[in-house]
Amino acid sequence: MNKQDSIISKRQKLHAVRVLRDRIFVVGFGLAVIIGILGLAALLFDVLVDGLPFMNINFLTSYASRKAEHSGILAPLAGTIWIVGMTALFTIPIGVGTAIYLEEFASKNRINRLIELNIANLAGVPSVIYGLLGLALFVQFLFNGSRNVTAGALTMTLLILPIVVIASQEAIKAVPSSYRHAAYAMGANRWQVVKAIVLPQAIPGMMSGIILALSRAIGESAPILIISSLVWVTFIPTSPDSKFTVLPLQIFTWISQPQHSFRGIAAAAIIVLLIVLLSMNGIAIWIRSKYQSRPDQ
Amino acid sequence: MATTSEIQSNSDLLERVARQRRRQHAEQTVFAWLLRAAALISVLTTVGIVIILVAQSAGFFAEVSPWEFLTGTEWAPLFSPQKFGVLSLVGGTLLVALIAGIVSLTLGLGAAIFLSEYAPERLRRILKPILEVLAGIPTVVYGYFALTFVTPILQNIFGHDQVIVFNALSAGLVMGLMIMPMVSTLSEDAMVAVPRSLRDAAYALGATRFEVSTKVVIPAALSGIVASFILGVSRAIGETMIVKIAAGATPNLTLNPLESIQAMTAYIVQVSLGETPQGSLEYKTIFAVGLLLFVMTLAMNIVGRWVISRFRQQYE
Repeated sequence: MNKQDSIISKRQKLHAVRVLRDRIFVVGFGLAVIIGILGLAALLFDVLVDGLPFMNINFLTSYASRKAEHSGILAPLAGTIWIVGMTALFTIPIGVGTAIYLEEFASKNRINRLIELNIANLAGVPSVIYGLLGLALFVQFLFNGSRNVTAGALTMTLLILPIVVIASQEAIKAVPSSYRHAAYAMGANRWQVVKAIVLPQAIPGMMSGIILALSRAIGESAPILIISSLVWVTFIPTSPDSKFTVLPLQIFTWISQPQHSFRGIAAAAIIVLLIVLLSMNGIAIWIRSKYQSRPDQ
Repeated sequence: MATTSEIQSNSDLLERVARQRRRQHAEQTVFAWLLRAAALISVLTTVGIVIILVAQSAGFFAEVSPWEFLTGTEWAPLFSPQKFGVLSLVGGTLLVALIAGIVSLTLGLGAAIFLSEYAPERLRRILKPILEVLAGIPTVVYGYFALTFVTPILQNIFGHDQVIVFNALSAGLVMGLMIMPMVSTLSEDAMVAVPRSLRDAAYALGATRFEVSTKVVIPAALSGIVASFILGVSRAIGETMIVKIAAGATPNLTLNPLESIQAMTAYIVQVSLGETPQGSLEYKTIFAVGLLLFVMTLAMNIVGRWVISRFRQQYE
């Protein structure tokens, strides 16, 4: 009987070890999440502590200056608005058009599979490569060396196009096919179905995807850095062929200054950038949740 | 019997309907071509990238042999004597990407297991969006964070004489934090796809959650986890601003993460910021480095997606 007892107590010990190991690793896995959240908190804390003392109305309404305390973000803020506006103008028709073509018009043959594969690959191309493309194709070839807003917006368009296409495809796929069938049964042709049925239903989903893609364009610096090496811009762009700077680029310029006082205004500009991005993300999420209640099909 | 005027108006109507049909058909044809043209732009983008990278690199490789480029370990194109050994840039890139990969895999996999196997649905719905905020923060902000927050901490830990202000470790750690949500989401997708019945079988045998996670779920989701790691490292290789701001501008083939390095992307940005004249050999180097970067990330992305698609077939 003693032998059996020892087996049982061994089993119990083993069980205790296994349960203990389970408990320890719950903490371990949870810790991964906590470290991620702490990292985010540290980043926000770092930026707020450095930047808040520099946040005032002058910071928003003055140009960059040789002195940190007189510097402001008027030029990059205006440049960012120009870039986002023009990028939206180019991206929306091309991106939505591509998605409609792939979902509603294209037969599922090899060529169209290739286009989809190509878009997936483009989404993984590093942004710095788009900068090189923009430099050679738009700045040097199309605009003859002029580093203007249009070249920047065209480059950003190509960069975010895959995101817009993929998001628009998802939105189109979410439209119940019975809607389409009903329209076809009434004698509508493909374009009529797209125009009257698919697009109105898919627009909210597309909008949230487009806003997220545009917020990516706002935060992106590497391609703009390559295209517009000019970094002390002290004017607001007035036309599509003006020179420009954008918020992330101005932040980079200030971070690169040897004087430490410029770090504070870099952090203040980061606060503005994060507020812009967070509100855009908020709008995208709001649109999605507002229109997500679709009829069950 | 229909009167003449009724027949007349009927044929008018038919005529009108036919005209409307023709117009609608013409409209469809026009828009179908416009949509096709839009779809073509993405193809042209790829073609454009390849042509520009290859054409500009061709001028570079006419003067510097590809062998010297790919096997040389010294990179000094802006000084004389010029040296074009890209390995020191590749080494810098891979060192940072490896650190970022290890950090993002550890944190991302841990978070994925916690969210998919342990966390109740309500907690998951709160935690996941918070983590995904990390993926939406601009890279220039991470660069600032690495330089002004993480580097001083590293200097306090390892000593100021050991850690240079611009170092690979700081950039790699912060990049790992940035990529973590991507690794976590992709791994979690793979884990969620593991059939419930496999877990239930293990639980029925008395396994703990830890045992189910590590002995059932992770092996079954392994290819998805591997893919998330590959795609994460590929993302790290292509990242520019963090390495430009925090990792330095010294081409340096080293395994010591506390040293200053220069990544491929950081070099491309450095040259395009300078006064390098267009068409010079120095100018062409950025396209040669860009071509190599493009090939590296493309290969990793293709492998990563292939691994994912193979995995999906397994359980469908």
